[in-house]
Amino acid sequence: MFELLGIPPQALFGQLLLGLINGSFYALLSLGLAVIFGLLNIINFAHGALYMMGAFVAWMLLNYLGIGYWPALILAPLAVGIFGMVIERLMIARLYHLDHLYGLLLTFGLALIIQGLFRNEYGISGLPYQIPTQLAGGQNLGFMFLPNYRAWVVVASLLVCFGTWFMIEKTRLGALLRAATENPALVGAFGINVPRLITLTYGFGVALAAFAGVLAAPIYSVNPNMGADLIIVVFAVVVIGGMGSILGSIVTGFGLGLVEGLTRVFYPEGSAVVIFVIMAIVLLVKPAGLFGRAA
Amino acid sequence: MVTGPETAPAGISVPVTATGAARLHLAIFAVALALALAAPFFLYPVFLMKVLCFALFASAFNLLLGYGGLLSFGHAAYFGSASYVAAHAAKVWGLTPELAILLGTGAAAVLGVVFGALAIRRQGIYFAMVTLAFAQMVYFFSLQAPFTGGEDGIQSVPRGRLFGMISLGPDINLYFFVLAIVVGGLLLIYRIIHSPFGQVLKAIRDNEPRAVSLGYRANRYKLAVFVMSATLAGLAGATKALVFQLASLTDVYWTMSGEVVLITLLGGMGTVFGPIVGAAIVVTMQNYFAGFGAWVTVIQGTIFVIGVLLFREGVVGILARWLRRPL
Repeated sequence: MFELLGIPPQALFGQLLLGLINGSFYALLSLGLAVIFGLLNIINFAHGALYMMGAFVAWMLLNYLGIGYWPALILAPLAVGIFGMVIERLMIARLYHLDHLYGLLLTFGLALIIQGLFRNEYGISGLPYQIPTQLAGGQNLGFMFLPNYRAWVVVASLLVCFGTWFMIEKTRLGALLRAATENPALVGAFGINVPRLITLTYGFGVALAAFAGVLAAPIYSVNPNMGADLIIVVFAVVVIGGMGSILGSIVTGFGLGLVEGLTRVFYPEGSAVVIFVIMAIVLLVKPAGLFGRAA
Repeated sequence: MVTGPETAPAGISVPVTATGAARLHLAIFAVALALALAAPFFLYPVFLMKVLCFALFASAFNLLLGYGGLLSFGHAAYFGSASYVAAHAAKVWGLTPELAILLGTGAAAVLGVVFGALAIRRQGIYFAMVTLAFAQMVYFFSLQAPFTGGEDGIQSVPRGRLFGMISLGPDINLYFFVLAIVVGGLLLIYRIIHSPFGQVLKAIRDNEPRAVSLGYRANRYKLAVFVMSATLAGLAGATKALVFQLASLTDVYWTMSGEVVLITLLGGMGTVFGPIVGAAIVVTMQNYFAGFGAWVTVIQGTIFVIGVLLFREGVVGILARWLRRPL
């Protein structure tokens, strides 16, 4: 086998795969943030907590009701999405007339509550979640061993990301959504129920986070803190990409996951901060973000 | 930007520089100082010092948010890094407490220049996310750097002797030292807010394009206030390291950034006394709820939600509205 700059290929591809997995989660989460931001103009700080909630709902479905991974992949995002819509109606909707930073503060408080409640109930040690039997094992590709489940995570994430892109860019509903992003008053004047559209959008963005949570459950253990640090990295991803374009969020998410994986190979100490450093460079060179529109 | 929308209603257009308001503020400061001088003889000094440090920290944060209109979600970075540097200087280099605090504060100022210059390139929500991300970078650095002691932090930091003479070991001695620092810091913040610089700052907060059209270089003002805020937050953090004789990861973690936002929100954004009142409330609450464990997070989150939904002016903001005076 070949070697690359003294790095054994198994390690290189292993880390690249791990980067791709992380990238899947970055892409799904930043996509949800971007969709929500587009219409609501708030940054959903509770996104990490809702991602964690998705994983926990999957775990609860399995352990309390005996419902397995595949139904959970649909049910958990649905449940968390409905939860999100209730929150949007009851709380977030009251802040639209105020400065958007209040939305950030409110959702930060919500994140604290959700994380605190789960921590009280389940502790912080983390709960195991089995890989579904159909996806156990892996393939030997010759240059590396590819676990089936990890391949599935990347494929599922890509499918959902591009499905979302298709829905927003190519369907009538998406056209409405984009129109409401540009000019909510005008869309409302055409007889479209904009507040309901906003609620549905928030529910959908949150469901994306929960979907990522279910995907993550078998890889990382189900842990109340799993979303807390992740969301900050995703914020950096969002700053780098800019929230102007759906495709931009997806590309930036996967790209930064790969960059992080590569850093882990060549300079492990820097892997935790590489995304923040890239953010600093992007702020210097292209302040609006790689795909962002100038403010 | 975030401003308590009703903190300065048009009806009470008494300029803050007017002698009436200034006299009222002076009176409140005098009463508060008298209380603070007597307090350590009735209450536990370490608790009081914690309140003082957080009052300064939150006031520094409020300088940026309430008067600069910039929501930084990463102020733990300056608080915590100053805490680490001061602790290291006092413990490993054996510097006297005043030098250790100065060094810590200086470190926070440098960090403030670097992060501030980058962060002010984005506005609003992005600004908050950028500052949060930079603070997380400082957290990871503190986790891995050799001199921070990782998960253990820097423990048993010596309080030392002030100017090499007065021992700060006894709580009561340290208390008056901390009080002097905090009062100095608060008066400085008060002075900044009510200076011509502060007026321009408020103009930029309220209408940046207008201020720019009048010839003010908004970004320079923003950077200046960012650095001042970071420096004073550092002063609070460095002082805190001596009080608790500890610098730890808690000080640089995002929860600390959230806490200072909570203190300011609860006390009243854009008010002079709000952060001080907020600090007293939050620190007292933490003391009483210490036994509840993880419920503290839930309680803090609940206060955040209720505060944002119902009491955006904060305690002092509401008082100011009742009294029809800026506080």
